[in-house]
Amino acid sequence: MTPRMMCAMRQGSPATKMIQRLLVSGLFAGAAAGLIVGLLQLVFVQPVLLHAELYETGALVHFGTSEVVSAHPELPAFDAVRDGLSIVFTMMIYTGYAMLLLAAMSVAEDRGAVVDGRTGILWGVAGFVAFHLAPGFTLAPEVPGVAAADIVGRQIWWFGTVAAAAIALWLIAFGKGWTAWGIAVALLIAPHLIGAPEPSQFAGPVPTEIAALFAARALGVGLAAWVLVGCFAGYFWQREGERTGTAQNV
Amino acid sequence: MTTQIRTAAETRLIPALFVAILGLAVITLAGHVQASALHDAAHDVRHATGFPCH
Repeated sequence: MTPRMMCAMRQGSPATKMIQRLLVSGLFAGAAAGLIVGLLQLVFVQPVLLHAELYETGALVHFGTSEVVSAHPELPAFDAVRDGLSIVFTMMIYTGYAMLLLAAMSVAEDRGAVVDGRTGILWGVAGFVAFHLAPGFTLAPEVPGVAAADIVGRQIWWFGTVAAAAIALWLIAFGKGWTAWGIAVALLIAPHLIGAPEPSQFAGPVPTEIAALFAARALGVGLAAWVLVGCFAGYFWQREGERTGTAQNV
Repeated sequence: MTTQIRTAAETRLIPALFVAILGLAVITLAGHVQASALHDAAHDVRHATGFPCH
C-alpha cells in the first residue's frame, strides 16, 4: 500500500465522511433528545400508564361494583430496571428518528435548504406530524388494556400511514405547484379514509378519563420530543459539518 | 456532467439512504418487533410513543 493510499483511507472518501457526519450527529441528537424525552415520559406519561394498568390487571374495577374507587390510587413506585429500560429504549427510538430526519435534511440541504438548530425545529414539528400525529389521528395512542385489532395489521397500517404522511410533508415543503400539493393532501387523508384495523368489539376495562389523558399526554410529550430531536439534529449536523469540512454553507 | 451526477449521488444520496435504512432498522427493532423480551423491555415506551403494542 502506497503512502498516498494510506492517506486517502485515513481521510476517507466524501461519501464516508458524509456517513460519519450523519451517524455522529444522529447519535448525539438522538441520545440527547431521547434522554430528556425519557424523563418527560417518566414524569407525565408513566403515572397515567401505571394507573391504567391497575384496571388492566383487575386490581381496580370501576363498573359493576358498589365500591367507591378513588381516582387517585397509590401507584407502583419508581422501578429502576423497568424505568431504566424505558429511558434506554426511548434513546434508541429517538436515535432512529434522528437518523431518518438527518437523511432527509442532508438531501434537502443539497437542494438548497438551510439546516441548523433553528430550522431543525420545523423539521421536528414535521416529524411529529408524520410519525406521531398522523397515525395517532386514527390509531390513537393506546393505553394498556384497550381492545385492539390484530397487531400485524395495525403495524402495517402504521408504517403505511407514516410513509404517506412523510412523503406528503416533503411535497408540501419542497414541491412546486398545485399537482404536488394536491398529491400531498390526498396522501395525508387517504389512510384515514381507508381506515385502520379496528377491534370487533370494545372490551377495555380502563376508565375513559384515563385513556383520554394518556392519549393527550403521549401526543404532547411526542411534540416536545420531536421539537428537541429536530433542533438537536440540525445543530449537530451544522457542527459536524464544520468539524469534518463537509458543510456546504459554513 | 455524468461524473458530477455520480459524485452528487455518491456523496449525498447513498450516505442518506444508508443512514435512513439504519434508522428504520433501529425503530423497527426498538418499537415494533414482537419478540417477547424486546416487547417487555420496551413496553412502556411503545405505548407512550403511540406505536401499536400488543
